[in-house]
Amino acid sequence: MGTIWFWLVSIMLAGYVVLDGFDIGVGILHLWIARDDAERRTVIRSIGPVWDGNEVWLIAAGGTLYFAFPALYATGFSGFYLPLIMVLWLLILRGVSLEFRGHVGGHIWPVLWDAGFALASILLAIFYGAALGNVVRGVPLDPYRRFFEPLWTDFQPRGQTGILDWYTVLVGITALAALALHGAAWLAYKTEGELNERAFQCLRTLWWPVALLTVTITIVSFRLEPWLLWDFRANPWGFIFPVLALAGLLGVLWFARDGHDAAAFGASCAYLIGMLTSVTFSLYPNVLPSSVSPIHFGLTVSNARAADYGLKIGLVWWLIGMALVAGYTTFVYRSFAGKVGTADTETEEGY
Amino acid sequence: MGDALAVHRLQFAFTITFHYIFPQLTMGLALLIFILKTAALRTGDEQWNRAARFWAHIFGISFALGVVTGIPMEFQFGTNWSEFSRLAGGVIGQTLAMEGVFSFFLESSFLGIFLFGEKRLGPLGHWFSSLMMFLGSWLSGYLIVQTNAWMQHPVGYAVAADGSFQLQSFWALLLNPWGLWQYAHTMLGAVQTGCFVMAAVGAYYLLSRLHEDYGKLFIRTGVIVGILAAFLQLFPTGDGQGVMISTYQPTTLAAMEGLFQTQPGAPLALIGQPDVPRQRLDNPLTIPRMLSFLTYRKWTAQVRGLDQFPQSNWPDNIELLYFSYHIMVGLGTIFIAILAIAAWKLLRGTLFQSKLMLWTLMLALPFPFIANIAGWITAEVGRQPWIIYGLMRTSAGVSPLVSAGNAWFTLIGFMGMYGILAMLFLFLVYREIEHGPAPEHLPERRAHVL
Repeated sequence: MGTIWFWLVSIMLAGYVVLDGFDIGVGILHLWIARDDAERRTVIRSIGPVWDGNEVWLIAAGGTLYFAFPALYATGFSGFYLPLIMVLWLLILRGVSLEFRGHVGGHIWPVLWDAGFALASILLAIFYGAALGNVVRGVPLDPYRRFFEPLWTDFQPRGQTGILDWYTVLVGITALAALALHGAAWLAYKTEGELNERAFQCLRTLWWPVALLTVTITIVSFRLEPWLLWDFRANPWGFIFPVLALAGLLGVLWFARDGHDAAAFGASCAYLIGMLTSVTFSLYPNVLPSSVSPIHFGLTVSNARAADYGLKIGLVWWLIGMALVAGYTTFVYRSFAGKVGTADTETEEGY
Repeated sequence: MGDALAVHRLQFAFTITFHYIFPQLTMGLALLIFILKTAALRTGDEQWNRAARFWAHIFGISFALGVVTGIPMEFQFGTNWSEFSRLAGGVIGQTLAMEGVFSFFLESSFLGIFLFGEKRLGPLGHWFSSLMMFLGSWLSGYLIVQTNAWMQHPVGYAVAADGSFQLQSFWALLLNPWGLWQYAHTMLGAVQTGCFVMAAVGAYYLLSRLHEDYGKLFIRTGVIVGILAAFLQLFPTGDGQGVMISTYQPTTLAAMEGLFQTQPGAPLALIGQPDVPRQRLDNPLTIPRMLSFLTYRKWTAQVRGLDQFPQSNWPDNIELLYFSYHIMVGLGTIFIAILAIAAWKLLRGTLFQSKLMLWTLMLALPFPFIANIAGWITAEVGRQPWIIYGLMRTSAGVSPLVSAGNAWFTLIGFMGMYGILAMLFLFLVYREIEHGPAPEHLPERRAHVL
């Protein structure tokens, strides 16, 4: 039961990264890709009807984590207290920027919220990457399986670690690059004309740093935490995850060169899913490893999970609920399928 | 440690109070917008659609703020109340996760469609999306109230060997009788907020001689729906909630009524200030025997006062509890009076000419927000000193390693951020009201106003 939920939570988190990832990516890039107010409005309209629903994946994944692994939720959230609260502030800034931008015109108001949207998106990508880096690196859990990390200590991934050290910052930068690539793929898929050309240009340029960072981070992770390889040795079928990531990454460049916008976006999704599932696979059965004594204090699927009854009943409603979610999501994306027009041609705006 | 506990409590209280300004408005407006859209569909009159569109703008602004201030609530269970989450997550995580999976996806999907897709969907599809938005937001309310209800009156759980609470009966959790009353009472409160806001905007239009057709439509809708909600708020839901409290939280009942001494034929205090050290009510104005009657339906029944309960189990802020409860009930009573007079005048056809009533409706705007929040303060302060009533004390639920300094840092951050959000909210809603329900809704009006 614990293992099933481990994978279900991972799927929800992957869903969150793939979906909210593209609108974060759009936020990272939009100041550079969209040159004037009309273009920015087009860019924002491409995510307008969906970004809020994408963010719900985070809330739903958080809630699912809460009931399936209460001890992980408690330890992880209180231990990462400062960065998590900052993530909340950034989510507020980002949500408000997107929602309020269109309400007032003029020269000041939209510029302000464009900057807010970009800043929040950039920092969120880095924070998410750093959070993932922290989980992989492990945290200094005490014998009660609790910890509290300051934002930084000496920037070394050993001993009394902080949230930020050279390793987690590197993961953060990788996440920034990967989500920017994902956002560029989305814009290439959803826009037309000059904006579309710029998105493709950006996609081809960004590919190289993303590829370089991906290779670097993979090597560094395995050198720093050799136990990450154990699961791959024991179950070689797990190699499908890194292979998926690699295929996705190569696919992005391949399709971007040919101008296949939908395929390039699909490949970018595959890359992100492949990367995340590779991490998940190699972490299992750990959910929050200890950097002090990996064997004794770490949180694992079995010591962090809730009791059987709750997990079983949860499976029933979760499956029903997620089937409904798949339905609405398909409906929404189909309702807004196709390229978004430029601001001048579309008169129908949200509010 | 005691110091950090106070800061954690303050942060939760501050963030939840601010958050609840928005959901009560959106849950109330969701019903009203659905009513407007239904009227539009039935009559084919474009005026109803324009009215719905106007309120959808205000709904959208409030919804966005409800979402961004709501995410911190879920996260704070883990960040600030980790011991509580570790022990109770297996139970209350269920309803919280269900809220995400069942209602947030529904709401956000259909809100996007409702706001952006009127032309693509056609009248029936747009009406349907307003129905889904209404159901989504009300389902969300249900799951949150049931989460809170479990902390007020824990049911359907078992205590595991490690001391954690584990779910034992899903349906007991989901149909907790405490939560059923609390839900009905909470939602009616939200409907009243929506109605008073709608009627206040209508009154403002009539008094300023702007958009008068819409002003009348808003007042009519607000007053008619509002008077129904206001009566149901008192009876049966307020009464049902009271029976729950007297049955399961008798200490809380004594504290909120300011009843220090156990007595037969206990009086109901209308006004007065509780003097907790001396255990008496100063300057009281009471209705003799009324409390006995309301609680047990017998004028002479004995009602247990605080003296019957160990002081260590008394709510730790009796004064705040007493006042928040009295403010809620007092305002609720005033709302019934205002709406009853307004409904009477509406029936006689004199409401739109009555300056006094229009001014009253307009100035009533902030009070349902205050009443709703006072109600929640009553529920939450009334539960103290327990985080799970009778099972776990609030002091045992806090995150042990998050220091007072870190908690102050984030509390101050939230205060600054929410202060700005409040200003933005008022500014944007005021602009929408000033602009009014324009016959044509084109983006230019937004782009070139300033």
